[in-house]
Amino acid sequence: MMTEALIAPFTEFEFMRRALAAVIALSLGGAPIGVFLMLRRMSLVGDAMAHAILPGAAIGFLLSGLNLFAMTSGGLIAGFTVAILAGVVSRTTGLKEDASLATFYLASLALGVTIVSIKGTNIDLLHVLFGNILAMDDQTLLVVAFNATITLVVLAVIYRPLVIESVDPLFLRTVSRAGAPAHLAFLALVVVNLVNGFQALGTLLAVGLMILPAGIARFWSRDITGMICIAVISAIVSGYAGLVLSFQTKVPSGPAIILVATVLYVGSVLFGNVGGLVRQMFPARHLEA
Amino acid sequence: MAAQVQFRQIQFHDVTLGYDRHPAVHHLTGEVSSGALLAVVGPNGAGKSTLFRGIVGILKPLAGSIATDGLDIRDIAYLPQTADIDRSFPISVFDFVGTGLWRATGLFGGIGKAAREKIARALAAVGLTGFENRPIGTLSGGQMQRTLFARVLLQDSRLIVLDEPFNAIDAKTSADLLALVKRWHAEGRTVLAALHDMDLVRGHFPQTLLLAREPVAWGATSEVLTAENLLAARRMCEAFDDSAAPCVADDMPSQAA
Repeated sequence: MMTEALIAPFTEFEFMRRALAAVIALSLGGAPIGVFLMLRRMSLVGDAMAHAILPGAAIGFLLSGLNLFAMTSGGLIAGFTVAILAGVVSRTTGLKEDASLATFYLASLALGVTIVSIKGTNIDLLHVLFGNILAMDDQTLLVVAFNATITLVVLAVIYRPLVIESVDPLFLRTVSRAGAPAHLAFLALVVVNLVNGFQALGTLLAVGLMILPAGIARFWSRDITGMICIAVISAIVSGYAGLVLSFQTKVPSGPAIILVATVLYVGSVLFGNVGGLVRQMFPARHLEA
Repeated sequence: MAAQVQFRQIQFHDVTLGYDRHPAVHHLTGEVSSGALLAVVGPNGAGKSTLFRGIVGILKPLAGSIATDGLDIRDIAYLPQTADIDRSFPISVFDFVGTGLWRATGLFGGIGKAAREKIARALAAVGLTGFENRPIGTLSGGQMQRTLFARVLLQDSRLIVLDEPFNAIDAKTSADLLALVKRWHAEGRTVLAALHDMDLVRGHFPQTLLLAREPVAWGATSEVLTAENLLAARRMCEAFDDSAAPCVADDMPSQAA
């Protein structure tokens, strides 16, 4: 009975299998990026970027329908435009980068919603805002998998400078020129993974499958390798459980996935063995040395 | 030191370094020969850190130039005063010290057995054996400074620049780290250190540059650290005048831009 509820949806329906494959690809690419966003204190930057890429993705969507390739290109262009404009404004005027990014992403979000509602229908708007992982066609699935692969390859290339830049940026600057390119490549990966999450989770929740697993991982591991592994696993678990939940109930798939991740997160805050609340309340006896 | 072939490791050509056109080091000319052990002293705001930032290329000179005798700027080992290190980042002491091998390993170079032994030896040299797997966030101030010295050790550089390396460090730790500085000196490396402890400078550093935005004195330590020189340095205030006129000391107007 139980196994039927947990496995049958995937053996019986192809769209469920596709959704599961997509969510695994999204987890593999997005969760490591989320860990770096968190460790670099950029969690909210990821959120802002998710909104900033909307107009580009919307234009891509209107020109060629639900074509993830067009949406990805549009999203990349919009994302970089906003990131560069925000950087230029803060560098030339002295306005803090977060403030200037906030203005640009809000403008961008407004523009994106306007574009979609002028040209598209309300259903289109809902689709862009909240996504629908259950309507994944083969081509889209391939693009999602491709983006996840690219993410892992690029991350492997920039891993060392990215870590050193996060810990001791001044040191990296004195020994190497790799810091700035690594940072830019990382920002590109953030945008790629946000657009990747569009189809499945929509603009508003795409960042959720990156940040929440990273938050979960922080409570279970002290080193970055462990964090990345735990983040990926918890993202996959959330994706799978969210799909089952969404299949068995009327909850839409995107929110279901994020809600499951939230439950895992709350559990980690309470019971995590690295700084979890329960652990803090009942600490083990202190050591001799 | 005399036995080694000496050359000019660093040359300052009428260098002015500063921020927003305001000079923090004003018209410095001189040279540091290879293998020198040079203390840079002066009151707070004298421009010691600024000078070091200029040497390692983080700060571009407002005028003049600094030459490092063919040594790539990225091959200088630099220990900044307030390293903006994110101590909460989950990285172990071993991995952190290992980043000192960057110039050898780069993006992809593996950390093989030989490199691991090098790292272990560097940790042993600073007395941190057994700390390999500790996250850097759990270290005390002195242990962190030892860690940074271990990284400098691994950088294996001909020119080492230490910005106030013994600040807020207890006597035992500074004695250990000073021994390391003397070892570098004995190996013929050029070492520059910004310091405040005059007794330490008199006891261990043969040469001294007394800086107070402008060089007050530069030479053998006993001749530089005289009462009148120190008084003169203290008198030269930290002048930062918003409405200061452009400096006219430059003879060559082409450099004024």
